[in-house]
Amino acid sequence: MQKRLANWGNYPAITSEENAFTQEQQLRDFVVSNHQLIARGNGRCYGDASLGKHSISMLKYDKILSFDEQNGFLETQAGVTLDQILDIIVPKGWFLPVTPGTKFITVGGAVASDVHGKNHHVDGAFSGHITEMDVITGDGETVTCSQGRHTDLFWATCGGMGLTGVITRVKFDLKKIETAYIKQKQLKARNLEEVIRLFDEYKHYTYSMAWIDCLQKGDSFGRSILIVGEHATKADLNPKQQEAPLKLPAKPRLTVPFNLPSFILNTFTVKAFNWLYYGKNFKKEINNVVPYEPFFYPLDAILHWNRGYGKAGFIQYQFVLPLEHKAGLVAILQRISEKGWGSFLAVLKVFGHQDSLISFPMEGYTLALDFPVRKGLFEFLDELDEIVLQYGGRLYLSKDARMKQDVFWKSYPNANRFADIVKTYNPGKRFESLQSERLLLTK
Amino acid sequence: MPTVLLLGAGSDMAVAIARKFAAAHYDIQLAARKAAALQPLQQDLQVRYGITATTHDFDATDYSTHAAFFAGLPTMPDITVCAFGYLGDQELAQRDWQEAATIIHSNYTGAVSVLNIIAESYEARGKGMIIGISSVAGERGRQSNYIYGSAKAGFTAYLSGLRNRLFRSGVHVMSVQPGFVNTRMTQHLNLPPLLTAQPDQVANAVFKAAQRSRNVLYVKWPWKYIMLIIKMIPEGIFKKLKL
Ligand SMILES: Cc1cc2nc3c(=O)[nH]c(=O)nc-3n(C[C@H](O)[C@H](O)[C@H](O)COP(=O)(O)OP(=O)(O)OC[C@H]3O[C@@H](n4cnc5c(N)ncnc54)[C@H](O)[C@@H]3O)c2cc1C
Repeated sequence: MQKRLANWGNYPAITSEENAFTQEQQLRDFVVSNHQLIARGNGRCYGDASLGKHSISMLKYDKILSFDEQNGFLETQAGVTLDQILDIIVPKGWFLPVTPGTKFITVGGAVASDVHGKNHHVDGAFSGHITEMDVITGDGETVTCSQGRHTDLFWATCGGMGLTGVITRVKFDLKKIETAYIKQKQLKARNLEEVIRLFDEYKHYTYSMAWIDCLQKGDSFGRSILIVGEHATKADLNPKQQEAPLKLPAKPRLTVPFNLPSFILNTFTVKAFNWLYYGKNFKKEINNVVPYEPFFYPLDAILHWNRGYGKAGFIQYQFVLPLEHKAGLVAILQRISEKGWGSFLAVLKVFGHQDSLISFPMEGYTLALDFPVRKGLFEFLDELDEIVLQYGGRLYLSKDARMKQDVFWKSYPNANRFADIVKTYNPGKRFESLQSERLLLTK
Repeated sequence: MPTVLLLGAGSDMAVAIARKFAAAHYDIQLAARKAAALQPLQQDLQVRYGITATTHDFDATDYSTHAAFFAGLPTMPDITVCAFGYLGDQELAQRDWQEAATIIHSNYTGAVSVLNIIAESYEARGKGMIIGISSVAGERGRQSNYIYGSAKAGFTAYLSGLRNRLFRSGVHVMSVQPGFVNTRMTQHLNLPPLLTAQPDQVANAVFKAAQRSRNVLYVKWPWKYIMLIIKMIPEGIFKKLKL
């Protein structure tokens, strides 16, 4: 059926023919008899990576195949979402090795974007935890690949945005936990200098990230709150929590039921929000123990918060700059502050080392910002792209909806090698998304 | 552990029903034409809910195998859910008997054949529940799908007769009229969102209704009234409508 589809940023929106499968044979038959296909998980990438002429919805491919409770291995079909997984593994004392800031993504989406979490500097990206996976390639074959088997396919699929084929099954390792709680520390930083110093001081923490207020100038330029955390042990919990350390109290869910008019999120409201958030009431340091959900998924509590940006949608701009180019970070934040187009969510994080083929992370600083779509935005982001390029950085494909071709080819050093592997497994451009067409990724 | 047998276990609705009962600690027997294809679901139910799930080859239109199929189950199920069905292509079925026969046998004859056997054994035991997933399409024939509709009409009548007959023996029969459901069977159709149920809504409703031994369940309440109105339209007017 023709359906209107858009991902989390609500930009762009297209009409696409959507198909869902539960049987491998049907899925393979569909792949070999069609073109311009792209797998789609839960549409939580922001831009156009999972939009195409024919989309293959993986959400019905949602079976959990095995769970080794002794050694912490999970094997699932690619359409299972992380929230379903957490419901099963947390009560048994296991956690995801890597999780993005929302649990409403699929395992296939986690692989195709090679997602990173707050623990990237310690545990790397999702791909590092995969034991093996199955991919249906362009000729309809199911190929099992891993770090030691069909290696080229494996590395081009991790972070490959669905262009090598349809991921159907993934086996990955889990992390042992004693409780479902996180021992967290929140530290207020006066400015960018200070938060970067704090990141360094607290880098031994497994989880870390910072919220930045982009609208400040002068001495408070880049004021932020650094949040670091560790999985809590039983001893960290209060007596009530200790009774059932792996079970969380039930919580109500809020939802934004429709698109808010975009004027709600103008500079003024962002300023007010940030004032409240960073304002005088916030102590220099807060230590507490919280359930894992608000720590990892603060935004998931408000379902559909993306509608808050109105009908025109928004762009999430996420870039990474090499560690030695802190100056680039300052330059970009300054441009944003001058422009006055700050966003609610400016998230700063330091990545650890990563040498995979096409994945986004590299050792350095990554910043993610939201910008409502409006006149002049794309030109402005093109200017920011120039700064990113100048400092040797790159943009996250999973958030991208607008970067120009040359920005991609200049900033991803393995782009050619990736394109060659894609050609091998995806002959005749069977798999193609709006993004791959725009960036000539399937040239 | 109480056990649920799902006939036609591969459909989206059946998957949702299996999960709902498994979450309530029922063991699950999954039966469909290609049992091997049910293996991921079997594993899923066992991992998620820690229950025992088994898979069984079952072909609704292969009547001669039904008795052996039922006798061969590892334990006699407490609840049987008859969830198989085939929407088919109405226009093709008007011209092509093969298609018409498949629709009739998949939705009616096959169900009667297997449920006759199960009903006998539930009656002899004096307990058990049969849940038949029928369709609102069976409540009045419409030009757009009367072959499917007539088979479902037969099935609905069969279920109500069976309910009537088994009532005294302590066996309960529930008919489910789901209305539109968002499944792979209907993915090419443009369904009105307010009247369309998701498979897990159907599953929740079926589970709840089963706990309360309801007789007839309309999954989305407007359907009850829509069908009431549709049934009341005089034939002289009805035949002129393009429904
Ligand atoms: C609130 C929020 C916070 C986020 N935080 C982070 C974060 O901290 N870190 C991070 O890395 N990301 C983050 N993301 C991005 C998100 O994790 C990724 O975009 C993820 O890929 C989305 O997965 P999905 O299942 O929704 O897939 P989609 O968005 O539907 O698809 C994403 C890509 O995966 C491909 N794909 C999906 N399934 C398959 C499959 N079975 N086979 C082949 N290809 C497939 C698609 O083709 C597409 O290229 C965040 C997103 C949101 C909305």
